[in-house]
Amino acid sequence: MAPLVFKTSGTGDPRPVGSIPATSATSDDPSPRAPQRTTLDTAIIGIGEVPPRRRSDGATTLDLVARVARDAMLDAHLRPTDVDGLLLSPTFTGAPLTVASMVADLLGLRPSYCDVVDVGGATATGMVWRAAAAIEAGVCRSVLCVLAEGADPRSGIHAPSWPALPNGQWERPYGSLGPNSGYALAASRHAYEFGTTDEQRAKVAVDQRTNACANPTSLFADTPITVDDVLGSPLVCDPLHLLEIVMPCFGATAFIVAPADVAAAGPHPPVVLRGFGEQITHSSLVSLPDLTRTGIVESAGRAYAAAGVTPADIDLVSAYDCYTITVILTLEDAGFCAKGQGGPFVADHDLTFAGDLPCNTHGGQLSYGQAGLAGGASHVTEAVVQLRGAGGARQVPDCRLALVNGNGGILAEQCTLVLERGGA
Amino acid sequence: MSDALPPRPAPEPSDHGAPYWAAATEHRLVLQHCPRCDRLQHFPRPWCTECLADDLDVVESSGRGTVYAATVVRRHPNPAFAARVPYVLALVDLDEGVRVMSNVVGCDPESVRVGQRVAVGFEPAADGTVVPVFAPADPGSP
Ligand SMILES: [Zn+2]
Repeated sequence: MAPLVFKTSGTGDPRPVGSIPATSATSDDPSPRAPQRTTLDTAIIGIGEVPPRRRSDGATTLDLVARVARDAMLDAHLRPTDVDGLLLSPTFTGAPLTVASMVADLLGLRPSYCDVVDVGGATATGMVWRAAAAIEAGVCRSVLCVLAEGADPRSGIHAPSWPALPNGQWERPYGSLGPNSGYALAASRHAYEFGTTDEQRAKVAVDQRTNACANPTSLFADTPITVDDVLGSPLVCDPLHLLEIVMPCFGATAFIVAPADVAAAGPHPPVVLRGFGEQITHSSLVSLPDLTRTGIVESAGRAYAAAGVTPADIDLVSAYDCYTITVILTLEDAGFCAKGQGGPFVADHDLTFAGDLPCNTHGGQLSYGQAGLAGGASHVTEAVVQLRGAGGARQVPDCRLALVNGNGGILAEQCTLVLERGGA
Repeated sequence: MSDALPPRPAPEPSDHGAPYWAAATEHRLVLQHCPRCDRLQHFPRPWCTECLADDLDVVESSGRGTVYAATVVRRHPNPAFAARVPYVLALVDLDEGVRVMSNVVGCDPESVRVGQRVAVGFEPAADGTVVPVFAPADPGSP
């Protein structure tokens, strides 16, 4: 046993330093724990959405929250008095303290669980399991989750940076563009290690645009694109072109998570949470050892293990797609192809709603639009729509099992869900 | 040439980052080091993330490394960087085993390749500060 080493801290208290045995699991050990599932079946039973648009038409974040919350409750056939949990996205930059209870009061809720969730673009998927875990623990029964990006002067899109953060200190003097340059660095490394081409990445954007063209509520419903269009759009950060990058929008999404008995009383087939996993690997890019290997290896691995399924069982992939490279990394790390084969994989497979691996059938955020943190929620609601069989012209035939991945920061926060169509 | 450009924004050092930026003004690249673990970490933190020791020191880097990833930035909202586009933002693996974000300068931006050897240099930034940057290493050097 290593000798105890004491040093004197500023308060004069002797403390052992260097004497703590290393027992924590490393990221090389993906599943050192029991499978993550709630023993009580929980399901997504109601959704509401204000689709992403470039112009806010003056709607504040609070306006949007109220609209989608009402829509989700109407969709689930619940009244405010039936909802006893509330999770909010942290879109209210500069919002007062206790914003969640303020919103609860506005909506007419008296929740026994009320919180703000922030795992970046993984916030929506992260809300689903947090809601399920709270229900499992008996804290509440019906949890309303709301994510919104409105026109408040200081909300999300216009939020000032915080230079004291490590990212500000170590990246700002070098002209980092945050996500744009960060994902470009990941794409450059992927191209170097595996030979991934611009054409392969562009195929992701093209297939998702095909999906968007079958979705009347998407931002780009009427404008199909080709690989040449993507490669002909301006380079923003090499190798990423403009059409490989999401467009910031205004919009909002809400959904309600509830236990099986509440779900069974609702008007729709319940969309049951079969498994989930979450993994945060870094914030600053210099802390991620391998830019081509994300925490999705762990988050999806845990979700599959809990659900007892494999990638071959999945009918729909709903993968956070802030950039084309994000989808390729997700398909690799969630096990749809081997590491490094994501480029050839997307080139050889049809990712449209009519294809052999339907992916981001609403158009993805690339073509549906990215309404701030609500953008990631569109991957959840699209999975709900498809699993209900309500996809209309873009419905995936016999869609029973979906993998949904949320991705935050620069590949930093990952939260994966396996969702299944429940009921008869 | 850089005299004609608006200055880069000054780094805004945290307490534990200050030694790094102070050394840069002396054209030295230093890395935070835990004497208990004999381990380097970057970015600098309030304590060693392995053993929690907070009596960390710094060691001088050779300033030599390899480009781990690189992008040519084509547009930037900040006037200082808008005046510099296109420029290379890169992650550089220093030979000491830590990774830093920086720029690769002194060459055609489109010529920078992942895996390329680079060596540290120093550029002025606003308010009398200095930032470490990298340039292609001489072909004959390690
Ligand atoms: Zn240490």
